[in-house]
Amino acid sequence: MSVVARDDALLPAVRRIGIEIAARHADDVDRNARFPYEAIEALRNERALSALVPHELGGAGAGIESVGAMCFELGRSCGATAMVFAMHQIQVASIVRHLDDAPWFEGYLRRLADEQRLIASATSEVGTGGDMGRSIASVVPGTDGLCSIEKQASTVSYGEQADDILVTVRRAPDAEPGDQVALLVHKEQTSLEQTGTWDPLGMRGTCSPGFVVRAEFPEAQVLPTPFARIAAESMVPLSHILWSHLWLGIATDAFDRARAFVRAQARQRPGDPPPTAVRLSHLLSELSVLRAEVASGLHDFVEIADGKRRIELSTVAAALRFNSLKIASSEQAPRICQGAMGVCGIAGYKNDTPYSVGRHLRDTMSACLMVANERIHQTNAGLLLIAKDT
Amino acid sequence: MLPPLGISETDAQAIEAAEERTVSQVDHSSELIRAALSEHARLPVDVEGLSDDADLYRAGMTSHASVNLMLALEDAFDLEFPDHMLRRSVFASIASIHAAIDEIRAGAGT
Repeated sequence: MSVVARDDALLPAVRRIGIEIAARHADDVDRNARFPYEAIEALRNERALSALVPHELGGAGAGIESVGAMCFELGRSCGATAMVFAMHQIQVASIVRHLDDAPWFEGYLRRLADEQRLIASATSEVGTGGDMGRSIASVVPGTDGLCSIEKQASTVSYGEQADDILVTVRRAPDAEPGDQVALLVHKEQTSLEQTGTWDPLGMRGTCSPGFVVRAEFPEAQVLPTPFARIAAESMVPLSHILWSHLWLGIATDAFDRARAFVRAQARQRPGDPPPTAVRLSHLLSELSVLRAEVASGLHDFVEIADGKRRIELSTVAAALRFNSLKIASSEQAPRICQGAMGVCGIAGYKNDTPYSVGRHLRDTMSACLMVANERIHQTNAGLLLIAKDT
Repeated sequence: MLPPLGISETDAQAIEAAEERTVSQVDHSSELIRAALSEHARLPVDVEGLSDDADLYRAGMTSHASVNLMLALEDAFDLEFPDHMLRRSVFASIASIHAAIDEIRAGAGT
């Protein structure tokens, strides 16, 4: 099924939630490293959690362009809210695009739309060196028709708050590390044992400690498509696209705060533009570069997302394309936030002024670690040996 | 002088020889693919024990190993896989690699 359609009906509502709710609680969410309940609840009430679920299954049938715009808007208000929303949409899209008519998953998507269920993911694992394409844990078939899993997930963002978790594991106890499947388990089928604390530099509201995830579930809850294909065609490119949209949102708000600061200075001393205005101009050109890369990454995905060309998403060229989007945008976003701090000076450094950009800087510094850029560079290094036309 | 009406003995021999070449080339391709696999795919199982249709990723080939395999195949067959063929599914089995190489060769001949 397609997640590329044009339906922007939800976008104004999400923008309003960003401005009126997420922004209002952003500092409290950040300070206390707590989940952004208010904003997620508001998004539920607008039925935004089923934005990507097709019409016929009860969702909004929105396109990835429109969800990208939602991530951008939320990022301007609260990075953590935007990241929770983006991650949820990535899991939804991975299911929608790889249903292969599996009846259990069709029923599940209807239920998701009905109940506005929130999906977390447990794709990372202790002992795999951050490689999402390998697993240690596996599906273990039981005697009573139920399967079970036990996975040491190094981080599960909002695992405690989610209704369901998408988990990657090896297909069977004797399967190779790369022979993975994705499965969805409900909270009531799962026990989570927290294995660490959560007191990070930024993105504090995503609540992402490690967990041992244990679950028992019927086999129908395993997606039929091999995870390698789900990753290449959906999860990896969509993660990089939606994340980069929200990083752009955070950087845009940092820029807006710097601009407000320069204007306030100019109003105090009318005449020539203040020196900070020149720095703001430098910052604008940096922001333009980020904007362009985010827009072009989205455009390149949409062109081949569905239909005959979808197979191109599995090529080395596509992997390099979306890896580059991730690396470039994750490096550029904190650079802009730091530039904004340079413009605002002490007023930007302090946490309690209208020009504070500390949270923005800290939130965007997580970008290069969410799938570590050095790991992506290593992957690219191999791919560049064989790619011809990049 | 009139051209011969039927196929001369020399022609028939030439055709036979060409057919033999094709057959031995096909066999040779499989051998080269299997040799590249045992040297570069770093499978935990013996390549000789794999059927042509066996899924190489399920047999334990990693993405990293598949890059080395592609490089080795380009070298062994003196060809280049175009970008649209650099997909996971193309390198999923000996048969699919064989088909891709045949396709490239057919394309190069036209």
